[in-house]
Amino acid sequence: MAAKARNHKERHADPVSHRGAAQSPAAPSAIERVRLARNPARPQTLDYVNYLFKDFFEIHGDRRYGDDGAIVAGLAHLGRTPVAIVGQQRGRSTAERIRRNFGKPHPEGYRKAARVYELADRFGLPLITFIDTQGAEPGVGAEERGQAEAIAHNLEAMVRLGVPVVACVIGEGGSGGALALGVANTVLIQENACYSVITPEGCAAILWREATEENVTRAAEVLKLSAPDLLALGVVDEIVTEPEGGAHTAPEQAAHTLGNAIRRHLERLMKLAPAELRRARERKFAAMGSAFLVSRRVENGESIS
Amino acid sequence: MAERATKEQTGQAPAEDIWVKCPGCREIAFRKEVERNLNVCGKCGHHFRVTVAQRLAITVDRGSWREMFAELAIGDPLGFVDSRPYPIRLEQARKQSGRNDAAVTGLAAIGERPVALGLMDFEFMGGSMGVVVGEKLARLFEHALKRRLPVVVFSASGGARMQEGALSLMQMAKVSSAIARLRDARLPYISVLCDPTTGGVAASFAMLGDLNIAEPGALIGFAGRRVIEQTTNQQLPEGFQRAEFLLAHGMLDAIVPRPQMRDTLARLLADLIARRPRALRR
Repeated sequence: MAAKARNHKERHADPVSHRGAAQSPAAPSAIERVRLARNPARPQTLDYVNYLFKDFFEIHGDRRYGDDGAIVAGLAHLGRTPVAIVGQQRGRSTAERIRRNFGKPHPEGYRKAARVYELADRFGLPLITFIDTQGAEPGVGAEERGQAEAIAHNLEAMVRLGVPVVACVIGEGGSGGALALGVANTVLIQENACYSVITPEGCAAILWREATEENVTRAAEVLKLSAPDLLALGVVDEIVTEPEGGAHTAPEQAAHTLGNAIRRHLERLMKLAPAELRRARERKFAAMGSAFLVSRRVENGESIS
Repeated sequence: MAERATKEQTGQAPAEDIWVKCPGCREIAFRKEVERNLNVCGKCGHHFRVTVAQRLAITVDRGSWREMFAELAIGDPLGFVDSRPYPIRLEQARKQSGRNDAAVTGLAAIGERPVALGLMDFEFMGGSMGVVVGEKLARLFEHALKRRLPVVVFSASGGARMQEGALSLMQMAKVSSAIARLRDARLPYISVLCDPTTGGVAASFAMLGDLNIAEPGALIGFAGRRVIEQTTNQQLPEGFQRAEFLLAHGMLDAIVPRPQMRDTLARLLADLIARRPRALRR
């Protein structure tokens, strides 16, 4: 990470264009990675919970409005360490997918998450999050109940936590709806997962008016949403490898690799004091994109900085 | 997400016309007269969007404004190209606005009360938030913390800036983190949501004020109207995502008409710091 940051400073405002994945002929293209990330057979939060943790006790509801199936939360044991878990769950069968709103949380889902963040903080439990959403639900009910406020609140709540926070991007990391689980000390991303400010479809529709397959492919490319690109940008800290062909081809093996990475980072983070953990998180996000800033004189502006 | 807004939607008074048509009541009025009225329609009270310069002129004490961090600018982190390369888009917006990006930050006085002030420029790429907007606002909050100043931010933004990809998204966390520190120091932050405040800006600092105040009729929400219609096939209720709708749903503290904004801010800032321990006061 430190080496990465230095690297950035040297390159200054240079683009990261055409680096990483796209160059190796064997590596999947950006749109192929998006498809892998969305593959219905890909392991989801509850799969990883089953493979990696013991004695999962699910916590329901936001104590305000309802229980959002798109977000699962609870307490579990990682080895002998009790931890808190929050993740999006897309669901697999049609009935489950509908019940879980295809992994697109409503405000009550984010408020449930916030409740578990604060619970973890109060009792010193490390927090592990799993990010797997196309984005927060865009609907009338979500707007009426304050989707924007719910996400904003979680960003601030996560910053404040005095416990280790490890976020794992395991599928699609869609915009603010993903980041509301992502303000972590360490952000891990699986090889074929992605993380973006907008879906390639949404981006294509805005830029080229039509989300044709060709436009969506282009959008996926220009958004730099694949794991290697995100690592180069400093958005994620580490890429977790997947089995040949993607995590869905050997879920247990994918879980094993991810579990090792989570444990390694937790071990390191658990040595830090609460104030240090928060400070580290603040510094990490304060530095996001700073390497690409330049100083440019403006004629009408008076600067005293 | 910053969707492109047409002239019709922005309700912007065209600079060269002497007449403006109010999108609220369809009445035609003298542009000068509307401007004298703080760009509020004299007939129906429709609030036209105002530029950063106009906002400063009607909000801060004369001669008190000192801009900070104006020189911050972005390169091209993604090498982003749509129909044109991002640097060319940026250059055009910079030429038109005379500034480097979509936020302006600085120090000012409102009713003789010193504040750290941030304003978003909707005319600069739809007020979209990229690294510069995030950095400027985060530095503004940090500066306010150091100098023990309250913060006021006027938001007007379509959301995160697509052309800077996930880095834009991360600015939501960057600014929220700075707000958390200000809040811990018990310094007030008043968020003023102007038309429009949506996407990643609504879902971060605009909704994190100790008080969240909106201008009448301002469009405020997480998802764009078009996205909601397309993805849900839901009929959107009357006045959906307008300030009055959010107030009715408990998402805003108040709606304050533009002519009362300045005095309201001065009064609220005074109230919020009046009972603070002397050591924390300026």
